[in-house]
Amino acid sequence: MTLDVAWAVRWMRDTAEMVVSSRDELTELDRQIGDGDHGENLNRGFQAVVAKLDGLEQQPAQIGDVLKLVATTLMSSVGGASGPLYGTAFLRAAKVTGLAELDSSAVVALLEGALEGITARGKAVPGEKTMVDAWQPAVDAAVAAADAGASPEGVLEAALAAAEEGARATIPMLATKGRASYLGERSIGHQDPGATSTVVVLRAAVAAATAPGE
Amino acid sequence: MTTPQVGDRARIALVLVSHSARLAQGVAELAAQMAPGVLLLPAGGTDDGSLGTSYDVVSAAVEEGLVGTDGVVVLADLGSAVMTIESVIELDDSLDGRVVLADAPFVEGAVAAAVTAHGGGSLAEVLASAEAAGGTFAQSAGAPGGGGEFVPAPGPADQLAGAAGIEDDSPGAPRAVTLRNPLGLHARPAAILARLVAGYDAKVTVNGVNAASVLELMKLGATGGRELVVAAEGPQADEARDAAVAAVEEGFGEV
Repeated sequence: MTLDVAWAVRWMRDTAEMVVSSRDELTELDRQIGDGDHGENLNRGFQAVVAKLDGLEQQPAQIGDVLKLVATTLMSSVGGASGPLYGTAFLRAAKVTGLAELDSSAVVALLEGALEGITARGKAVPGEKTMVDAWQPAVDAAVAAADAGASPEGVLEAALAAAEEGARATIPMLATKGRASYLGERSIGHQDPGATSTVVVLRAAVAAATAPGE
Repeated sequence: MTTPQVGDRARIALVLVSHSARLAQGVAELAAQMAPGVLLLPAGGTDDGSLGTSYDVVSAAVEEGLVGTDGVVVLADLGSAVMTIESVIELDDSLDGRVVLADAPFVEGAVAAAVTAHGGGSLAEVLASAEAAGGTFAQSAGAPGGGGEFVPAPGPADQLAGAAGIEDDSPGAPRAVTLRNPLGLHARPAAILARLVAGYDAKVTVNGVNAASVLELMKLGATGGRELVVAAEGPQADEARDAAVAAVEEGFGEV
């Protein structure tokens, strides 16, 4: 399957659906160590994205156009920290994907752009119990997979597997960034909601790449 | 022609970004009382008025603040408010150099900035005023700023650190001790230390902040390997200081 504009659109629609099905899980995780609104905020954001996509007169020419629309929509509609974080992630990813179709190295560039946006905005580094703990291993794995000659889908799959592992690895971490850091040691033992939603977003990217859309 | 009021000289507007519409409104009222005539624009809450920050609300306030002024200084409260205004600035190149975010506490920074704007301060002056309020805030509350890395505020902590090199035998005189806990002075050791010093008839400080306050100790952001300067005053100054130093040396029982 080609990673083209139709894939990018499917990715966002799949994300919206998967956020709906994981909304309660995300909200529960966020209730334990945050302000309890992550699932609801992301749902509002991606529903707004779907509405924007539905309202398009014609399909955008480039993947970057889709991601830019996602970025500005999330920033305007999410409400919590994940709005500017995911918004900037998609914005920076858009800047490196002014393309109609992605090869393996372009998938890596997309993921690197997203990570760069998140670290620029959130100032987090790995080990602080944030979404960076899922994104950083995802990017590392994507780079390794592309170097090993993986297909674009294979690069996404490698990124997803590493993000899942990274999200699980946040459970024993002490939060030192974000709202959970106010809890100090009480943040230990809970999986980070942002790292968890990162997995959802990447799972949707893989699903959109491996299953044919309508 | 009427005589211009002092506030009429204001060339800079303030945008106050908060998760709460009422908080932003309240800070605007507070600052307005001390700086009438300055354009103070609250940008709190989401589009529907619930808790959170809205890109659209913030960007509309910034646009409004730029009308007829030389620029906008932005104050923000918690993390996502900061990220939202940074996103607004990043997405719109035309705001470059005209809209700046102050690294300052929300209330103190807003009041200080408003007063400077009221006196006709430039963008750089109003920004500096807000950020200097942050310095005062850090000294009184022991906050190191958002980075998590401990940066000693100039003032009491530095003076103490300087004094620590000198053998001073007066009661409770400063002593330097190295923090051994790899995770630094996080919640558990901070609580141990605060409870310990509260048991003495003495006022104990660590790097210039009140050691009886868990929050102030945690706000130091002291990481493992960092040198702490412990000092005390009062009838049991020596005992309290020595107990605190010993607790740090023992790694609070976790190393």
